[in-house]
Amino acid sequence: MRETADGASGKRQMIEHHLDDDMLVHYSAGTLAEGWSVAVATHLALCPACRSNLAMLESVGGYFLQREQGDNGDVSEGWNNLKARIEAGEIENVLPMKRHSADPTFPEPLRSYIHGAGGLKWRRLGRGAAHMIIPTDDSTTTVRLLKIPAGQPVPAHSHDGSELTLVLDGSFSDEVSTFRRGDVEMADGDLTHQPKANPDRDCICLAVTDAPLRFRSRFMRWLQPLLGI
Amino acid sequence: MEEEQEKSDAARINTLMAAVAKSRDVEAFEAVYSHFSPRVRSYMVRLTKGNRVLAEELTQETMMKVWHKAELFDPSKAQASTWIFTIARNRMIDAMRRGARAEFDVNDPAFVPDQIEAADAAIERRQDAQRLQQAMVTLKGKYIEVLRMSFFDGLTHPIIAQKLDLPLGTVKSRIRLACEKLRMALQENDK
Repeated sequence: MRETADGASGKRQMIEHHLDDDMLVHYSAGTLAEGWSVAVATHLALCPACRSNLAMLESVGGYFLQREQGDNGDVSEGWNNLKARIEAGEIENVLPMKRHSADPTFPEPLRSYIHGAGGLKWRRLGRGAAHMIIPTDDSTTTVRLLKIPAGQPVPAHSHDGSELTLVLDGSFSDEVSTFRRGDVEMADGDLTHQPKANPDRDCICLAVTDAPLRFRSRFMRWLQPLLGI
Repeated sequence: MEEEQEKSDAARINTLMAAVAKSRDVEAFEAVYSHFSPRVRSYMVRLTKGNRVLAEELTQETMMKVWHKAELFDPSKAQASTWIFTIARNRMIDAMRRGARAEFDVNDPAFVPDQIEAADAAIERRQDAQRLQQAMVTLKGKYIEVLRMSFFDGLTHPIIAQKLDLPLGTVKSRIRLACEKLRMALQENDK
């Protein structure tokens, strides 16, 4: 493993829970829907080990491109066309990179998405918990930030589809493990879990889902449409 | 034999692409274009499900981008084929309007950089590229198949499962095993 804890400050902890190969293959092949890609790219910003996996998979893409049997058509027409554009001095339209106030809790690309939503605006979920929907152009997923107060549980829920949770601040534990900044938890299908924020501080997560969550309590199920979760 | 040929081919293309990167050498770029544009086109034809007009347009746009972004190509970081693959893939995503593809930003203050020395990383990456080629050649057909369908047919894993008439879990575990084998091949020679 290439990542190491930042010994000097002791602040940077090793990421223990990484992205699935499955997710990274979709991301590097270009088939991952935008909603998931927000969480994947934000994890990648924090995780050199997964970036190294990504580089490996992109090389797989390069390998296939190299071996692609090109049609044996004539390239000269295309080349003359391109050469004319180059000689005409065509320059690329580059959008200037926007830099948004650098709250280190939210690495890019997440910070730009939050900025695009008009900044951080928490909506209360009750019992001190709060959330914020992150708008994307992808209708197959819901992306949201979740804030769970220190020591509090997230209401027990299971999933019709999949849920990816990326911890950005604080930490939470469920029946299986503890998740800290940068850690990813993937849950699907039959898992009913009840994560609980650890008592030291509030836990902020990015959660992506591809189907509505199913809450165990009828009251929460009734509230769901009102809360938009 | 074929493998040797491919290796020297890749080295030649990397050198040409590096010349484009360094001095905007149009002649070198013509050679890069002749080599890659038919490959990129056949990738695009497949991903646009046979739309030749769109595929042609996307190929030209990809190659134009390669020219424009040439100075960002760093032969110590990636093979030309890998770099051009990522540009083609991003053009394809834009054209398909699947929604944007979120990307990390290495200049972001919250970005956690790699911990290895840059010089070591460069050597390591060059060796990695060669090992990966070898590992791919020795990978069993059923692993190549799922990777190929992911990368070059642009299929999601549930669709691959349907096409191969396999349970989704089997496709996922093949992907995982393929990645595992590639990682092992990359690590094996680290010692």
